[in-house]
Amino acid sequence: MSLAAPPRPAARRRRLPMPVSVLIGLAIVVLMLAVALLAPWIAPTDPTNVASFDLMNAELPPAFMPEGDPAHWLGTDNQGRDLFSAILYGMRVSIAIGGGAVIVAASIGVVLGLLAGYFGGWVDIVIMRVGDVILSLPTILLALLVSGIARAVFPEAGTAQWAPVILIGAIAIHEWVQYARTVRAATMVEASKDYVRAARVIGLPPLHIMVRHILPNVMSPVMVIATINLAAAVLTEATLSFLGVGMPPTYPSLGTLIRIGNEFVFSGIWWIAVFPAVTLVILVLAVNVVGDWLRDRFNPKLKGR
Amino acid sequence: MKPAALSITDLTVDYPLADGSVVTAVRDVNLTVAPGEIHALVGESGAGKTTIGNALMGLLQAPGRVAKGRIEIGGKPVDIRTGRTEGIVQGKDVGAIFQDPMTSLNPLFTVESQLGETMRHHLGLSRAEARQRSLELLRAVGIPEPERRLKSYPHQLSGGQRQRVVIAAALCCDPKLIIADEPTTALDVSVQAQILKLIRGLADERGVGILLVTHNMGVVAEVADRVTIMLKGQVVESGPVAQVLGAPQHPYAKALIGAVPRVDVKLPRLPVPAQESPGTAAAREQVRARMGGGDEAKAGELSVDNLVVEYGARGGFLGGSRVFRAVKGVSFTVEPGEIFGLVGESGCGKTTVANTIAGLAKPTSGSVTLGGLPIGAKRGGVARKALQMVFQDPYSALNPRLRVATAIAEPIAFYHLAANKADAAEDAALLLESVGLDRQAGARFPHAFSGGQRQRIAIARALAPRPRFLVCDEPTSSLDVSVQAQILNLLKDLRDLAGLSILFISHDLAVVRQMCDRIAVMKSGEIVEQAPTEELFAAPSHPYTRELLSLVPSLDKIAREPVAV
Repeated sequence: MSLAAPPRPAARRRRLPMPVSVLIGLAIVVLMLAVALLAPWIAPTDPTNVASFDLMNAELPPAFMPEGDPAHWLGTDNQGRDLFSAILYGMRVSIAIGGGAVIVAASIGVVLGLLAGYFGGWVDIVIMRVGDVILSLPTILLALLVSGIARAVFPEAGTAQWAPVILIGAIAIHEWVQYARTVRAATMVEASKDYVRAARVIGLPPLHIMVRHILPNVMSPVMVIATINLAAAVLTEATLSFLGVGMPPTYPSLGTLIRIGNEFVFSGIWWIAVFPAVTLVILVLAVNVVGDWLRDRFNPKLKGR
Repeated sequence: MKPAALSITDLTVDYPLADGSVVTAVRDVNLTVAPGEIHALVGESGAGKTTIGNALMGLLQAPGRVAKGRIEIGGKPVDIRTGRTEGIVQGKDVGAIFQDPMTSLNPLFTVESQLGETMRHHLGLSRAEARQRSLELLRAVGIPEPERRLKSYPHQLSGGQRQRVVIAAALCCDPKLIIADEPTTALDVSVQAQILKLIRGLADERGVGILLVTHNMGVVAEVADRVTIMLKGQVVESGPVAQVLGAPQHPYAKALIGAVPRVDVKLPRLPVPAQESPGTAAAREQVRARMGGGDEAKAGELSVDNLVVEYGARGGFLGGSRVFRAVKGVSFTVEPGEIFGLVGESGCGKTTVANTIAGLAKPTSGSVTLGGLPIGAKRGGVARKALQMVFQDPYSALNPRLRVATAIAEPIAFYHLAANKADAAEDAALLLESVGLDRQAGARFPHAFSGGQRQRIAIARALAPRPRFLVCDEPTSSLDVSVQAQILNLLKDLRDLAGLSILFISHDLAVVRQMCDRIAVMKSGEIVEQAPTEELFAAPSHPYTRELLSLVPSLDKIAREPVAV
């Protein structure tokens, strides 16, 4: 600033767009997304290719331990699979399933929420009561039920090809209710505003009003919920895989890796379970930090604090 | 001599912005309120009148601060070194009356605890003493059955009673000064008249100085002793009410006072500074030509026949049926090219009538027809297109996420009134021009426009389907007085040029007198009187109409001759 510039009283210090913790969280999320996306190019070996396993190298400790092999710096699992590569691929699977579940749940929830909020009456009652019933069941129980039934009627359901689809469905069937409730409430507020009433007076059909006028005005809370739910969906997937109804060991997600490692933890081979678990914790924590910040940011009641 | 209740010298309030620049909301304002005097502070939104009120009460919002100046309340200087007026004790030296009595009382406290708490806190009274004094105060503000009302919660009181309780709370520590920020704006005329009388009485009997922040010139003329007119944070004119309102000197003061709709004289047009560009007239001519094109419902009258609207769950879940009859058999007709006024106090059912005509509410019985065709029978039908609506609040009437031109072009495309997208965009631009906006304005989002401009956009959108009939529900009640005058003139011009019929709904008799050819007065869901405007104002036949007319603040002090602008 030149000396000739007029003095500016109370010119406040430049503020960061977000707190440092959120900045770190965001950096971790971006990094993990990038790593997951680029796993085939980063990973030293392909953990889904059985030919790359070497049983002679099974249960090797991490490279920093006395008996470690520098080629496998996080060690190997009981099949001789490189753990670092398996974690990278596992993260990819976990994020893909979590993200897929969020997208499916949000799509269903937004559509049903719009319908319930705009039309009210029996449409509203039916949709929201179904949602209430679903929410009265625990997420995991419902997901177990869905994947159990899927496996019973559809033998292919446990394969690497079909398991992600089943998992996404099993998680989304519970999560959509939250979106529907939020969108319904926001829709009811917007639908009573004059611009929607004006659209009705003009004679526009309900579908047009919902998509063009209401939807853009109810989307910001959906984005926030989606971020927070991403972490929850990743955790649910991990839990299901840990319980053995998720991804098969041939195409492991983080949860599957933890399950495999769990069998060996008490025999001193801790790394197979611990490294995937730490990765999962960091991922979920980072997404939650960002999600919480977004939620506060878009909450009008917390504005100006 | 007693010290002035309030003396403000060279007050400047700044709002530093995030980018380092400073917005000066109030600049070098001088103002004195003598004990027992009512000093009105008027100006349009953004003039800084509420900022002054907030500065006095120490309620300036976070970045705002008093940059310089001196404030004395009852002779005691207020400490402004901190940039905030923290030297005064709110509630003790200064009492406040806010606009909305619904939100200025805590819904969980009884009247007794709302009043008593302040007194026990500031005056150290015991519970019994506080109760005794609360009773006196309630009697002073004229609340019937004060003993019973002490135990009432705010929701058990009417709007007028609530505002009386707020005034009692403002009085409870015998302040030297009361700041009344739009105290009657949310109230009906009959209640407004009572509250104004009460405020005048308090000033006279208790010698309280009152700073009355308002935009309503009628209120000023009715109760104030002195008036200060503000424009963009600065005082443009100040003096005794009769002098300022009767013979304003400053051009802005002249324009502002000239724009006040008068209940006693009908003017062909409200005097406002000429703002229309030559393009506007040409655009209007084109719009008129296009509107003449669709003849289906042309020359049709709007006919409302024995309309009944009921609200409430009939035979609901538990079999209870609490039905509220909002409209009880209303009939009227609006001739083509006529502006028909529907007036009444809040809750009389006039908005329900408007909603039913516009198809937003379903009639329980009775019919609404336009040119013989039933309204609301079929979506996208001829009658539906021929009738459009302009809403009260221009801020919620436009979709914040749609560009203005897109919003206006939407009905054009929907009814296939243009051959292609380019034609629809041209139509939208023409409509914008015809309501006095720039053609280029359409590229922007609604938040870039002021309230008056938004209302113009809303009118342009209502005109887009080429209607024959407009329903206007309080189209100007949330606008400043000069903007109101412009919008009213615009609606009149559209009627004259395009031959539109208008159903004009308002609670403001002065506005209705300026606008309408015929008027119906509604009370409790029924029309009590229906007559041509001049007849109604000259010789009201129904006692309720006479009562309403008598309650309109008198404008005798305002310049009788229309002020030349």
